[in-house]
Amino acid sequence: MSPQNTGPLRPDLEVIASHIAAGTRVLDVGCGDGTLLAELQLRHGVDARGMEINAERVEKCVARGLSVMQGDADHDLAQYPDKSFDYTILSQTLQTAARPDRMLDELLRVGSRAFVSFPNFAHWSTRAALMFGGRMPVTKALPVNWYATPNIHHVTIADFCELLREKGVAVEKQWFFSGGQSVGAATANWRAESAVFLLSRDLGRD
Amino acid sequence: MANAYASQSFTLPAPLSLDNGETLASAQIAYETYGELNDEKSNAILICHALTGDQYVASDHPITGKPGWWVRMVGPGKPIDTDRFHVISANVIGSCMGSTGPASLAGDGKPYAMRFPVITIRDMVRGLIALLDGLGIDQLHTVVGGSMGGMQALSLAANFPTRAARVLVLASTARHSAQNIAFHEVGRQAIMADANWLEGDYYGGDVPASGLSVARMAAHITYLSEEGLTDKFGRRLQDRDSKSFGFDADFQVESYLRYQGTGFTQRFDANSYLYITRAMDYFDLAEEFAQSGNDTTEAAKLANAFAGHARGEGARFCLVSFDTDWLYPTAESRHIVHALNAVGAPVSFVELSAPYGHDSFLLDLPALDRVVEGFLK
Repeated sequence: MSPQNTGPLRPDLEVIASHIAAGTRVLDVGCGDGTLLAELQLRHGVDARGMEINAERVEKCVARGLSVMQGDADHDLAQYPDKSFDYTILSQTLQTAARPDRMLDELLRVGSRAFVSFPNFAHWSTRAALMFGGRMPVTKALPVNWYATPNIHHVTIADFCELLREKGVAVEKQWFFSGGQSVGAATANWRAESAVFLLSRDLGRD
Repeated sequence: MANAYASQSFTLPAPLSLDNGETLASAQIAYETYGELNDEKSNAILICHALTGDQYVASDHPITGKPGWWVRMVGPGKPIDTDRFHVISANVIGSCMGSTGPASLAGDGKPYAMRFPVITIRDMVRGLIALLDGLGIDQLHTVVGGSMGGMQALSLAANFPTRAARVLVLASTARHSAQNIAFHEVGRQAIMADANWLEGDYYGGDVPASGLSVARMAAHITYLSEEGLTDKFGRRLQDRDSKSFGFDADFQVESYLRYQGTGFTQRFDANSYLYITRAMDYFDLAEEFAQSGNDTTEAAKLANAFAGHARGEGARFCLVSFDTDWLYPTAESRHIVHALNAVGAPVSFVELSAPYGHDSFLLDLPALDRVVEGFLK
């Protein structure tokens, strides 16, 4: 198997790829054209699998030699047994879920740990667009108009952290990015365009 | 008619044990190969054929003279590349292109006819495994099949989990539905209602061609989509400007079906059609592997069949369905994918968009080529 490498990864994918050890089992939920999967399988020797809703992207993935199933993450995660994977990954997809809270539960049921990344709606440019423009923000990170956007549940870093607290989900690691540069946690909610969390639950019982 | 068309023939060294409790002695399997087998015998791909298919995947059919049924997929530089792979395709037990079936001679020198045992998909697969044993191939690079060929691929994976490293299943199902069985029953009744059928003892005389032709016509409709039929024929008339107010083939679609039916009777044995459709109707992989009442969901029942592939220690799977296939619709493939995920087997699945219905797996579909080529990497 020789999936093609397609150049540098997006910073959130790079940080995820670099924290996954060889030999582990990974499910990338909403894997797109398989960029991260290919990286994991090719460079990191990971048993990497994907789920993707779009048939053309699935076809691209399978044509690259990746194990990807066409499915809807809102429903189809249910078919995996508990702890089928060492890691589940949900990159830039949480905000498109019908119920992000339930999807988070499923990610942590199917995987021992979960990487979740999302665009931060509280970034200063989003705030400014709303405050001064009075319109739903269309930015580099959120490029689609309100009526056409797949992002039906906009979320901020602060909101997400609150959800984790309510659910008793532990943050093992977190990374924040703005324009490819790292941003500190203290100012992340207004300075970070995107966030990556490594999450776990009930690790004591693993 | 045994061996009349076989390029190569393998005689099973031991009687073949069948699901109905009987055995089939001295069974023969006719097969074709393409491409070279490497020294490690690790590059063999077994292609399993559909109901009325045969071993001539990429060579001209000896009766019709038409190109092989999958030449667009199999050959040098094609998605199943015979420059890289050693492709094996065998006629299934029960068929009529050189493998032992109802038209073959029994021990008494007369055709088996309806004395031929009722066989199953698993019996066909047992025959294929015996062939692989004979060829010294311990593990296939891939077993691939569409429609009934997909059933064989699934059955092989379930019953002989170490014999294939990859399993590619196109437009198929893990069980025949009531609707599938119903269409087959129409075909069988058409054959058995033909005055020439004679309880199956027609060999040497007139064959039940009109019954077999009707069976084929009914089945052929299920292989196409409404959209495909409409595109191809609509309500257009055949070689005439107005309706005849009679029962000639006024419509192009009628003419086409009659042509399909008649052509089919030139190359296929009616009794084989009965036996093979029966085998398909009996196919229910979950039922084969049912354990005593513990499994509550359909997926759990089917998952038992794939226990040999648990936690990614078995084969890699790829399933493809087509959005216009109403014979084995996407839900059937999803059902299989669900069961494979439940045991942790690596599985790819995609529903491809194609206008041609069930037969899409045989037709010109570049997306399918890319998926097949990618999966075989």
